[in-house]
Amino acid sequence: MYLSIYDFSSFFQSIDNWLTSTFPEPIASIIAWILIGVSAIAFTALLGLSLVYAERKVAAWFQLRIGPNRVGFQGVLQTVADITKLIMKEPLTPGTSDKFLYNLAPFLMMLAPFIVIGALPYADGLQVMDLNVGVFFVTAVSSIGVLGILISGYSSNNKYSLIGSMRSGAQVVSYELSAGLAIMVIVVMSGSLQFSEIIEAQRDGWWIFKGHLPVWIAFVVFIIAGTAETNRGPFDLAEAESELTAGFHTEYSGIKFAFFFLAEYVNLFIIVVLAATLFLGGWMPLHIGDWEAFNNIADIIPPIFWFIGKVSALIILIMWFKWTFPRLRIDQLLTLEWKYLLPISLVNIVLAAFITLTGWHF
Amino acid sequence: MEETIISPDGTQEYFINMGPQHPSTHGVLRLVLTLDGEIIEKVEPHLGYIHRSIEKMCEKDNYRQIIHLTDRMDYLSAHMNNHAVSLAIENALEVEIPDRAKYIRVIMDELTRISSHTLWWGVMGMDLGAITSFLYGFRDHEYITEIFEETCGARLTMNYNVPGGVMFDIHPNFVKHVKDFLADFKTKLPEYDTLLSGNVIFLERTKGVGILSKEDAISFGVTGPAGRASGFSNDVRKKEPYGIYDQLDFKEILYTDGDTYSRYKARIDEMWESIKIIEQLIDNIPEGDFQAKTRKVIKLPKGEFYQKVETARGELGVYIVSDGKMSPYRMKFRSPGFSNLSALDRMARGGKIADLVAIMSTLDLVVPDIDR
Repeated sequence: MYLSIYDFSSFFQSIDNWLTSTFPEPIASIIAWILIGVSAIAFTALLGLSLVYAERKVAAWFQLRIGPNRVGFQGVLQTVADITKLIMKEPLTPGTSDKFLYNLAPFLMMLAPFIVIGALPYADGLQVMDLNVGVFFVTAVSSIGVLGILISGYSSNNKYSLIGSMRSGAQVVSYELSAGLAIMVIVVMSGSLQFSEIIEAQRDGWWIFKGHLPVWIAFVVFIIAGTAETNRGPFDLAEAESELTAGFHTEYSGIKFAFFFLAEYVNLFIIVVLAATLFLGGWMPLHIGDWEAFNNIADIIPPIFWFIGKVSALIILIMWFKWTFPRLRIDQLLTLEWKYLLPISLVNIVLAAFITLTGWHF
Repeated sequence: MEETIISPDGTQEYFINMGPQHPSTHGVLRLVLTLDGEIIEKVEPHLGYIHRSIEKMCEKDNYRQIIHLTDRMDYLSAHMNNHAVSLAIENALEVEIPDRAKYIRVIMDELTRISSHTLWWGVMGMDLGAITSFLYGFRDHEYITEIFEETCGARLTMNYNVPGGVMFDIHPNFVKHVKDFLADFKTKLPEYDTLLSGNVIFLERTKGVGILSKEDAISFGVTGPAGRASGFSNDVRKKEPYGIYDQLDFKEILYTDGDTYSRYKARIDEMWESIKIIEQLIDNIPEGDFQAKTRKVIKLPKGEFYQKVETARGELGVYIVSDGKMSPYRMKFRSPGFSNLSALDRMARGGKIADLVAIMSTLDLVVPDIDR
């Protein structure tokens, strides 16, 4: 049984119908796109604020602290206050920097997450565009982000920034290989690059449950590679506070710094949404074999809550890494990728193809 | 600094100023690094950013005042610095100090050592990117500073020693609180191991990194846990016992690898030894005076006096040249941090920037101690 009342598409269809019936054709489309853009930006901002708050609270729990608890109830407005401060601050541009590139980098950082957010599925029918190459699109576009890091490090004319950005370049480019191969395992099993079809394929069980060994390996590899791709601890070599002061964004201040800061958290969200969608069924409720009663109860919980639950669990997992592990060294980081994760992923994808061909995964 | 060396393959070495303001130099230490990419070719420490001419100031202060200047050298071993100067003065005056004062001094020394090492452990984790350990280290550091505050009135620079003993008697709650702390800390110290010592990334980052051979340790004069991790037996508490260390049962921690991990382990083990020492003393503090009678104005006899103690960082030497006046003619401190820093270049060469940070944190540098 599947409850269609939680389907968002009828709601958006009615908005679309109203727009097309009220306005002439080109204007209706323009209004629709503006609405989508505004909601995407608002969503990103909200996401950044809540994730920063969550990170600070999670860090506090790990560190015997209370965390922000002064501004607003339990400190929920703390990040709003912080961002306000950053916006009011003067955005300095160092005199010796390459001014055009220096100012361009923060926007490049934000560009990729903004585009990618539109292609991700949040709930049934809650998705800006269900591309038929959605997975490919997301992995391709999210690689633009590294350009922002490289350009910021190069243009700052600061050696710490340069080291940070070169580290980051090596790191993101390497780990994208493993992440991509891990994603390919699911693509092979689902037989589609479209998010809606991948989620549909998990109606009778999430891939992590019915995919056996290759999916488990792919999941672990993807979480490791995803953490590395977002430059988060223990892979935060690009900023490496104790080594490079602040790495690639050493010279940035004010709103430009806020962009880097926000991009980190939106990237984290994107990686987590990908992991949840590909391995944990996205918004698909948990269904277990022929337990009819259990499946019905699971269906009653709206898909959006399933989605938020999975994403939150994974976010806390990744934050847990950051607040527990020491940082790797650059050569160890690359060793981990090229000598362990990549060969394992390559073998794994062959294994996945074999299991898919023999049909053992159902 | 202006010259650049261009190698045959067209690549170029570059310089980077690490400090005076840098998160991992723990103070205003400036290191000029010569780098080939990420690989360190040379480390050149530049000192002088926090020079307060303490040795010169000693020449115009009287002997009671001098003790209080030494707090500001290695502020994490404040009590031991005071202890060293007090001992030097007492030896020169040939004063016999009461047993109670000796016991209190040693207990305070070992508490200081634990508090210094807990803070070091937290900072070490933070240098390696595990920020959580910083808060854990501070938790236990804070416990000890509160014990200090109760008895000495100050938290960091205690000024508790005076020539002839200690300034006041211990607080009535002191024994109880120290016992509470030991019971608590014995459960907290294993947490240190679970959080860092057994972590795969931590082992990768520290094992075999920044190796200092025994010969180098001796020739650079690297003392304290850093020297003992290289197999250089140099514990002043064992070699030239002062206070009541000769009556105590404790081990000198020796490791032979000389890498960052050994230095780390040496300090962790030293905390266990300090717990052992305090446990032997805390129940047996003898009754009696806490201060020997000394003259109001102390004048040392003509001559040269030297006393060394084991601080949390290594061997602190106090050298007094007296011409029989109220102030010393010349005062010289042999600070452990200065000698330990001198070995940094030898250890860090060929490593990465990240290794340098790890090595520096296991040397446990306190910049005001290096730069008096």
